[in-house]
Amino acid sequence: MTAIEEHTLTLDPEEARRLRQERLERIGRWLLPLAIMILAIWLWDRVCVWNDIPKYILPRPGVVLQTLHDDAGLLFSSLLVTLRITFLSLLLAVAGGVGLAVLFAQSKWVEMSFFPFAIVLQVTPIVAIFPLINIYVDNQTAKLLLCAWIVAFFPILSNTTLGLNSVDRNLRDLFKLNGATRWQQLRYLRLPAAMPYFLGGLKIAGGLSLIGAVVAEFVAGATGQSSGLASRIIEAGYRLNAPRLFAALILISLTGILIFLVLSLISHLLLRRWHESALKQER
Amino acid sequence: MKLQKVAQAPLAASGDGPMLLALRDVGKVFSNGVTALSNVNLTIREGDFLSLLGPSGCGKSTALRLIAGLSTPTSGLLDWRGSGSFDRSDIGFVFQEPTLLPWADVFDNVWLPLRLKGVSRAKAAPFVMEMLARVHLTGFENAVPRELSGGMKMRVSIARAMVTRPRVLLMDEPFGALDEITRFKLNNDLLELWQGERFTVVFVTHSVFESVFLSNRVVVMAARPGRVFREFAVDAPYPRDEAFRTSPDYAALCRQASDVLIGAINSTAGSHHDGH
Repeated sequence: MTAIEEHTLTLDPEEARRLRQERLERIGRWLLPLAIMILAIWLWDRVCVWNDIPKYILPRPGVVLQTLHDDAGLLFSSLLVTLRITFLSLLLAVAGGVGLAVLFAQSKWVEMSFFPFAIVLQVTPIVAIFPLINIYVDNQTAKLLLCAWIVAFFPILSNTTLGLNSVDRNLRDLFKLNGATRWQQLRYLRLPAAMPYFLGGLKIAGGLSLIGAVVAEFVAGATGQSSGLASRIIEAGYRLNAPRLFAALILISLTGILIFLVLSLISHLLLRRWHESALKQER
Repeated sequence: MKLQKVAQAPLAASGDGPMLLALRDVGKVFSNGVTALSNVNLTIREGDFLSLLGPSGCGKSTALRLIAGLSTPTSGLLDWRGSGSFDRSDIGFVFQEPTLLPWADVFDNVWLPLRLKGVSRAKAAPFVMEMLARVHLTGFENAVPRELSGGMKMRVSIARAMVTRPRVLLMDEPFGALDEITRFKLNNDLLELWQGERFTVVFVTHSVFESVFLSNRVVVMAARPGRVFREFAVDAPYPRDEAFRTSPDYAALCRQASDVLIGAINSTAGSHHDGH
């Protein structure tokens, strides 16, 4: 049954309420988190003042900001070191994850044989593996990269594998009917079909590669061999330099958020024309 | 005007072409023990518009997949000898769903079969654009499937199947999911295409009305096991259009076809007793 729509300017109470609700939600989506954040920072500041907390225990937000400014040279050069590891490992995770997924997609047998290894790598905590890597790998950068890679590649591998295998059966038949080669099937059918899955994995891997890089630096940094943000944090911790500790922490979080936003944007741009996940909800 | 047994009377004038393909005693048993087809004998002539009509489970889609080469028969054979040189690229296939690449626009979707044969975009463009014009989709080259209605998606699917100029078009209940108005429109347009070129169509459907409207021959199939129940010619001249759809002749033909289909369905109910 289709209702006959009447195009009038006066809305009935229900529709008017819905419209108001929608407007409120649109504004609230930005305003609420922002307000809560500001409130939290203000409360943090007040707690420091009310309780007279010394700045080596809990520095006031203003002090942290000041440190961020004063130590900018040191902190940002460290951030650059961490970022280098993060992006290199993410790049390797994409190459390794997609490469392995494509290999797995060639044959069920390959997938059945090797997928368990990927799971073993994934479930073993990286901190526990690091001492071994430390023994086997000499190069400092290689050590860190390997660590971050192990953490980041799995979501890409598992998502891309799922995507490559979830191709519509009829489309597969269509390619078969048209005498498509394996390569053509991969290039024109399976890889594009796996794209949304891959991008989902990429979003997770982006955050994980940062975590992997920082964790690896932490473990390696204990020996003073690293100059990334993690070693700044360790240093600051030893010296009870809480403001710098907080500043470094904030930098890491902001980096993580930025990575997530950039990857979300890439995903949106690539999928917006066709995939459900990127489409605007209608009503 | 009445339905004629093929054995008794010559085909309608439109179906007199040379033999293209014969299914001889074709059977298909799936690995789970289900007999999808049993002793199917069927001749398809060049220029036929042949419908496979039957209830679900009668193996009509399986028969189509066998003809397409997507599946191999358990017994019997497909005899292509009458067709001269024939290969897979002479077959166009239209699935139940539009089955389009959701990330590719209309042009790229129709280009696909040619692309897989190594035809460049520039070389394929005239063929693609012509095919789009013939399914009335000019101007939609750059739309992606989700921007199209169900009927338009099906048109793209048909254009894609036809862009290689296949000698045989296999259609597996292509309009089953569409609303009636859209289905009628697509029926008319499909007939127009076919009357223009006289390629061969094998059309699977469970709609009596659709099969009678479109085809010059209808093969009624019965289920459990899937088999040919009866075959008849639809003795009505082409071109068939909206006037034909509302004519008493069409109504009479549909009624007779319905009777045959009911016979096929009833034969399944008592299938333990018949000798098939």
